[in-house]
Amino acid sequence: MLILAIYIAIFVLAYFVYKLVAKRFEKKDGFTSRKTVTFGDETTVTANRAASIISVLSIFLIWGAFTGSKYTPIHVPGPFIGETSFNYTAVNVTGNSDDAKVHIIVHPVNKAPDLPEIDPSGDSGFARDDRITVGAWRTQLFRAQNNDVSGKGEGYKIVAIDGQPIEPGKRVFIDGGSVRMTAKGSLSYEPSKGWQMEPIWLPAPEAVVSRLIEISRDGYQNVTLMENLGWSLYRVILGFVLGGIVGIPLGYAMGLNDWFRGWFDPIVEFMRPVPPLALIPLVIIWFGIWEQGKISLLFLASLWIMTIAARAGVSGVNITKVHAAYSLGASKFQLLSKVIMPNSLPEIFTGARVAMGVCWGTVVAAELVAAEKGAGKMIIAASKFQQTDIVIMGIILIGIIGYGIDILMRIAEKHLIPWKGRS
Amino acid sequence: MAKSQSEGLHLNDVSMTFSLPDGGSVEALKNVSLDLKEGELMAVLGPSGCGKTTLLNIVAGFLAPTGGTVMLNGHEVLGPHSERGMVFQQGALFEWMTVRKNVGFGPSMKGTPQAQIDKRVDELLDIVGLHEFGEKAVYELSGGMQQRVALARCLANDPDVILMDEPLGALDALTREKMQGLVLKLWKETGKTIVLITHSVEEALLLGERLLVMAPRPGRIHKEYGLPFADLSVGADLREIKKHKKFGPTRDEILSMIWEMEEEIMGRKE
Ligand SMILES: Nc1ncnc2c1ncn2[C@@H]1O[C@H](COP(=O)(O)OP(=O)(O)OP(=O)(O)O)[C@@H](O)[C@H]1O
Ligand SMILES: [Mg+2]
Repeated sequence: MLILAIYIAIFVLAYFVYKLVAKRFEKKDGFTSRKTVTFGDETTVTANRAASIISVLSIFLIWGAFTGSKYTPIHVPGPFIGETSFNYTAVNVTGNSDDAKVHIIVHPVNKAPDLPEIDPSGDSGFARDDRITVGAWRTQLFRAQNNDVSGKGEGYKIVAIDGQPIEPGKRVFIDGGSVRMTAKGSLSYEPSKGWQMEPIWLPAPEAVVSRLIEISRDGYQNVTLMENLGWSLYRVILGFVLGGIVGIPLGYAMGLNDWFRGWFDPIVEFMRPVPPLALIPLVIIWFGIWEQGKISLLFLASLWIMTIAARAGVSGVNITKVHAAYSLGASKFQLLSKVIMPNSLPEIFTGARVAMGVCWGTVVAAELVAAEKGAGKMIIAASKFQQTDIVIMGIILIGIIGYGIDILMRIAEKHLIPWKGRS
Repeated sequence: MAKSQSEGLHLNDVSMTFSLPDGGSVEALKNVSLDLKEGELMAVLGPSGCGKTTLLNIVAGFLAPTGGTVMLNGHEVLGPHSERGMVFQQGALFEWMTVRKNVGFGPSMKGTPQAQIDKRVDELLDIVGLHEFGEKAVYELSGGMQQRVALARCLANDPDVILMDEPLGALDALTREKMQGLVLKLWKETGKTIVLITHSVEEALLLGERLLVMAPRPGRIHKEYGLPFADLSVGADLREIKKHKKFGPTRDEILSMIWEMEEEIMGRKE
């Protein structure tokens, strides 16, 4: 909730700051800037690059701020780390009371220090000074009765912390945390957690980066990063190409022949709304969990999309173009290869972009279920060992590659079919 | 004698009845008979929906008439063929090809050697004034330029008959006037038989050697004119021709004729 509020605040703030700054530098001479009707005129809405940059930066800023990154200038309060102490007051069976001090060292997770020595001199009475260490975000049970003289005897109990009375179930706040008494009368110290995330929930950005460097150098579980990503990509491309090889001719046949259309329409329309992920169990039963199963799944994922795209491409051909080609002497085959195929390319490309996206998503999911190598396999293995930094690194890489594929397809589209949307 | 009878384009009692999905039917054409000699340019006028496009589609071979026959040079028209070229109003160029490829499309379909195609395309691009635009994509050209490409593409195939369905309909008045001059010039130079559908009475008068006025419901030939203006117009200033003493009266006569037919349709609807 807090994070969402901060994010919205950054969004609004950045907008106003940007408008203020932009006003200074704005040149009022472009055509768009002369338009008075902009709200509702979609052509005037282009992605504001400054907004994109601030958007990405603010995500990293919030991420860094909540994980105590070294590279972000501001942080939300972190967990308490350092030394603190509290005094407790105990009474024994004779009704005497005595104070003792507990020294606490709160240390970063996984970096436990040795227990500090304490000076026993000047510590009189039956309650004895003691010391504990505890990792940040953790809690530590403290049994005063183990240390105190006749602490296990009847009638021994702790009655106050730093002078404030305590009883089972109650909590007393001290410097750097709180002390709660358990039902059995022991004390439990909990250092204050602050607002930052524990690395096991969300590691800092630099931890993810250093993991990336480490894994791209050494690999993970004896598989290099390139191998993991390469396997995923290989499966996607193979499945996608197979889907296209079958789907495009099928789509053409459905667009050109009534028997084909009638035959395959129910199948295609039935399969289209079935998400590929829903096919995973069936594909596993039929083809097993290894390569054959995954390739079959990706084949099915892209097949329907490519079929429908090719069919739409054929349907979209303007009848005057067909008439023109015939009256220029084209044969049926020439019509297909010179008019219908090129005319359907824009649709097919759009379909291919969708299919690539779906395949990439599906392959990761399939690898989560079962794989020896692959991006999905890497993150699911890391999650079993709670290596959150690897999981996040994997997710970011999956996103970047998916985005990269789409950009490549768009560039290819621009070069291969420059006439798209210009007829 | 028998030979000269079979030369040219002949429509014998052509009828076309469309049956509608609701069970009714439309008589788009009824008993249309027509003879066109080689090298004649015939303009076709008529109110909207009188069957002009249907007539042209039948001659082109895209539609089989429900009655009658179409004969060209002694054989029956049964489907589209490169002997009958077509110029559409718009949208018939292939965007995925350059201007050159578009113009050379017909010959390359026939397997004409590339060198020969290139030569022919160069000639035609010169004629239509698009010499420098050969390597451009068609979507980079203006509407008027695109129609010149369409004309050149049609001519590249050297058809016996050229069918035009409002080829200049989407152009502005000035471009249209220039294109009218070009059509006339091409007609005279190539001696092609041309059927030109238009909505503009002036255009029909200027370009048509013969002028056919059609009437709707059922679509039929209403009246035919033989006109002198097309011959006068070749190479002349078209605006001068419009000052010809017979031009104005003929135009007014045809306009009011079409106007009356439109009125009648409207009246019948109410
Ligand atoms: N495929 C079709 N199915 C049913 N009716 C049709 C079909 N094509 C044309 N018609 C009908 O035939 C008649 C003639 O149509 P056509 O397109 O030939 O007219 P037109 O003279 O070219 O009109 P315009 O000047 O508006 O282009 C119209 O009444 C039309 O509704
Ligand atoms: Mg029409």
